Amino acid sequence: MAMKIGTEQFKERVENGIHDDFMRGAVASAQDGMSQKRRAATTEELGNWEDWRNHGEEIRQHVLEYLDYYLEQLSENVAKRGGNVFFAQTKEEANEYIRSVVQKKNAKKIVKSKSMVTEEISLNAMLEEEGCDVVETDLGEYILQLDDHDPPSHIVAPALHKNREQIRDVFEKKLGYTKSSNPEELCYQARVTLREKFLEADVGITGCNFAVAETGSFCLVTNEGNADLVTALPKTQITVMGMERLVPTFEEMEVLVSMLTRNAVGQKLTSYITVLTGPREELDVDGPEEFHLVIVDNGRSNILGGEFQSVLQCIRCAACINVCPVYRHIGGHSYGSIYPGPIGAVLTPLLGGYDDYKELPYASTLCGACTEVCPVKIPLHNLLHKHREVIVEKEGRAPVSEKLLMKAFGLGASSPALYKLGSKIAPAALNPFTSGDKISKGPGPLKAWTEIREFPAPNKERFRDWFKNRDKGDKNS
Amino acid sequence: MKVTLFATCIVDMFQGNVGKATVELLEKLGCEVEFPESQVCCGQPAYNSGYVKESKEAMKRMIETFSNAEYVVSPSGSCAFMFHEYPHIFEGDPVWEPKAKALAAKTYELTQFIVEVLKIEDVGARFEGNVTYHTSCHMTRLLAVKEPPMILLKNVKGLKFTELPGKEQCCGFGGTFSVKMAQISEQMVDEKVRHVEETGAQYLVGADAACLMNIGGRMDRLGKPVKVLHIAEVLNSR
Repeated sequence: MAMKIGTEQFKERVENGIHDDFMRGAVASAQDGMSQKRRAATTEELGNWEDWRNHGEEIRQHVLEYLDYYLEQLSENVAKRGGNVFFAQTKEEANEYIRSVVQKKNAKKIVKSKSMVTEEISLNAMLEEEGCDVVETDLGEYILQLDDHDPPSHIVAPALHKNREQIRDVFEKKLGYTKSSNPEELCYQARVTLREKFLEADVGITGCNFAVAETGSFCLVTNEGNADLVTALPKTQITVMGMERLVPTFEEMEVLVSMLTRNAVGQKLTSYITVLTGPREELDVDGPEEFHLVIVDNGRSNILGGEFQSVLQCIRCAACINVCPVYRHIGGHSYGSIYPGPIGAVLTPLLGGYDDYKELPYASTLCGACTEVCPVKIPLHNLLHKHREVIVEKEGRAPVSEKLLMKAFGLGASSPALYKLGSKIAPAALNPFTSGDKISKGPGPLKAWTEIREFPAPNKERFRDWFKNRDKGDKNS
Repeated sequence: MKVTLFATCIVDMFQGNVGKATVELLEKLGCEVEFPESQVCCGQPAYNSGYVKESKEAMKRMIETFSNAEYVVSPSGSCAFMFHEYPHIFEGDPVWEPKAKALAAKTYELTQFIVEVLKIEDVGARFEGNVTYHTSCHMTRLLAVKEPPMILLKNVKGLKFTELPGKEQCCGFGGTFSVKMAQISEQMVDEKVRHVEETGAQYLVGADAACLMNIGGRMDRLGKPVKVLHIAEVLNSR
């Protein structure tokens, strides 16, 4: 799987999303539930949540400011502990490096814990090409993988769009499962199947929630404990991280992990916070004999230092996705990217270009719900707006009709005389479309509006005329 | 107290009643209201669509129009917020940034002005009916005006208030979003309409004419009996 999912155009994807009643019901109830849990674990429980947000933002901004320094420090410390570090500028470089490790180990069986960056670089496809049996061990990701690589629709809860009946059907088809759709029974089946996979695996691959520069450690946050097994059992471990996912010391890690879990799942801490430093040492009873850290750039350097830099502050908590009213109705697949919702609409065009993703920045009402909840204060709605500005003014990709309309707007709105004239003749101009006090079938840009709603007919007496006449002494009109 | 009204283009052209109610209400509260004729649109439709250059001309016109005002008051949270955005938009511009800052500092949304500047919490209104209230996004999140409309509505005699479920959710207007992303906008406004219906309210009240035009326009098309009123109209009722 790459960052891009599906081949349909945006409009078609949205149409599919809107007509997927089950998905919409699941998303809406997940959003309501998650938002309530998040509020309880942040603003309500901590009280000084705004201080936390400021602190979180400060940490992330500091890291981005000194990213080169911390990356170097991290690399040195990983190497000092006997690990190997590879810096991949592109996804191809990352895949080639991982391919070479897998080949050298003659590895055929691989287990993975959940990682968005490995999805971004299409790692599984490469490994399958190599003839490896790659198994996702996060339950959500496992379900999707079994279901013929159905793409994730949420960055924390990837199988959010599936219900338990659908999951049961997938298990039946792929695993010969015969029991009910009871979640406990389904989980048990997954556990039994996955346990074998853990024990057999030659290589374990993980993502990275945060790497700690000072010690060369990295941390994984899960509720299932699968990352513990991925990192404890296979002899070789490969950890893949986006190049911005690090913190200076454990002190900052503690703050951000707490913010991540509170925001992502409304928990003080998740069931497992796994922190590992390099390969197994002499007295360790488990852990990999060989450790590789692959640091992935894949377009992130281009974002650094520019007007979109703050998007790299993201800690992938999905709080913005859980409050987005657009995501609520169209679901994750509509975004055409493994990164959906507001964060996806900002990040995806930066990593994947405007050719495939130019609609995403417009898939927002700029309501600001995302910005309001972001724990590290990424001004998401401003960045969406910034994309629009770039699309219109730098890329010149806006439709001609829109450009003309906006030119007319610029002209009309900047000249009081023209504005007054325009607003005065509007009732007459719209008269053919008007019935009573409303327009039910509007022309031009009003067409899309009036397809589903009434548009008010312009007042015959504008407010300004009323005010003027009234000023002349007619105060009772 | 002298108040300079920033009526907004929507009110000027389509929602004259809101403008009238705003003027009358402010006068009842002891303000002297003026309306500078040279006001146009705040530039938001073009700005939010990415046409920054085109919108800046309108913004400059507005900055000049209100340069001598003591208080600028608008019956729209979103448009008032736009004035508060001007300093960011003109950041680094030696001529316009200071002027934009001065305008932002004296611009208030109507209910915010009544509660925070006039220090009035009961405007002496009477309105018989079951009312629910739409908290528009720009006003509550971006301009951060949350309490004033609630305080004022709760002091209206005869008014029965029912909170709107999912009130923090956008109504799906979003300026050009409503036509550019019409299929998504429809789903959003439909959920909003369902929530309004759940309250059993006779009136949907809000402080942003644009959101009300969206929700009201949809309810009208669907034949819903709920009436839509701007908060100025409720507060101006006696």
